[in-house]
Amino acid sequence: MAENMRDIKRRIRSVQNTKQITKAMEMVAAAKLRRAQEQAESARPYADKMKEVIASVAAGTKGAQHPMLVSRPVQKTGYLVITSDRGLAGGFNANLLRNLVRDIAKRHQSRDEYAIFVVGRKGRDFLKRRGYPIIEEVTGLPDSPLYRDIQPIARKAIGQYAEEIFDELYLVYNEFINPITQRPVEKRLLPLSDLDGAEEKGLKTLYEYEPSAEEVLADLLPRYAETLVYSALLESKASENGARMTAMGSATDNATEAIDTLTLQYNRARQASITQELSEIVGGANALD
Amino acid sequence: MSTMQLDIVTPERKVYSEQVEMVVARALEGDIGILPNHAPFISPLQVTALKVKKDGEEVFIAINGGFMEVHDNRVTILAETAELPGEIDIDRAQAARERAEERLAKDKQEDIDFKRAQLSLQRAMVRIRVGQSR
Repeated sequence: MAENMRDIKRRIRSVQNTKQITKAMEMVAAAKLRRAQEQAESARPYADKMKEVIASVAAGTKGAQHPMLVSRPVQKTGYLVITSDRGLAGGFNANLLRNLVRDIAKRHQSRDEYAIFVVGRKGRDFLKRRGYPIIEEVTGLPDSPLYRDIQPIARKAIGQYAEEIFDELYLVYNEFINPITQRPVEKRLLPLSDLDGAEEKGLKTLYEYEPSAEEVLADLLPRYAETLVYSALLESKASENGARMTAMGSATDNATEAIDTLTLQYNRARQASITQELSEIVGGANALD
Repeated sequence: MSTMQLDIVTPERKVYSEQVEMVVARALEGDIGILPNHAPFISPLQVTALKVKKDGEEVFIAINGGFMEVHDNRVTILAETAELPGEIDIDRAQAARERAEERLAKDKQEDIDFKRAQLSLQRAMVRIRVGQSR
């Protein structure tokens, strides 16, 4: 019995240690989540303003259509996949990658029909192991990524679209809904299509352009696409921390529950051993009489 | 003295938001000065030191990869990076300038590298200029 008690005690201690770690990770993720949310928030004015300007320029140059605004027959598709570097975030990466693999299998017959740009160690390892065609990868981004951290890969993906290596480009990432909900989404980045809503607002002003409306548009569109990639990255970071917070929160709850069960077991074992000792003593005293 | 609102925004933050009297920027085809009540106007900007006149004093701001939009007496500059004089590390900019100059002197054949070095030289020089204006 004493042996059993020591075992239980050791297990309690071990679960307690785990609980301390998950608790700490939960709190760290909560702090990082707040910062990531603020960062995503402060990136919004830039993207909004850019969209507004582009919409009004695009409306003013109906004649000259920029290739980034026009759909062409799709022969090859590019995917820009944003995952995290570290795990322990519940289904954060797994869900995203599962959806991606499923969509790719549904949409394409051969590996020549698509190529992948990947951000984050988890996604890279997963896709590499399965032999998906990866053109470029970025890993080890900081918690508060800067615009220039993502710019090279974004520029390359957008550049290859412009060179007609791809005919469309999808952005695959975890959308941030609220701290406990994230949703893997796939959004078409290029050709740009969601400018219609802003167009009405932009139409009101007639701008002077320098050097010309077409050239301004040609300068702005790639930049806008880069901005969208950056916003997606920030959103993904916020989602990651939200997912980790939730996962670690429930791990902590589970640990608490496990400790309670084990403590109960331990007390039972202790009581049983005391009872046994008592009955042995009583039995021994009786035998002497 | 009439003024206009100037906002300088990067993807990371709002760098500058003040009422100013004049903005001088370098558009693709040359310098352009904006005074209050300018007509609606859009142009990409070169890597340049933006000159801002506020309360009679001139402030320089380093702008990289931006464009300017003017309308309703508001000037909005969207840039990939924008730095105020106090935020610039002159020593680092000097070092970047030397590196860029070295690279420019060395390999003139590589087209892309050459362009990149040229750009970083320009950025470094703009930073130094802005940094010294403090």
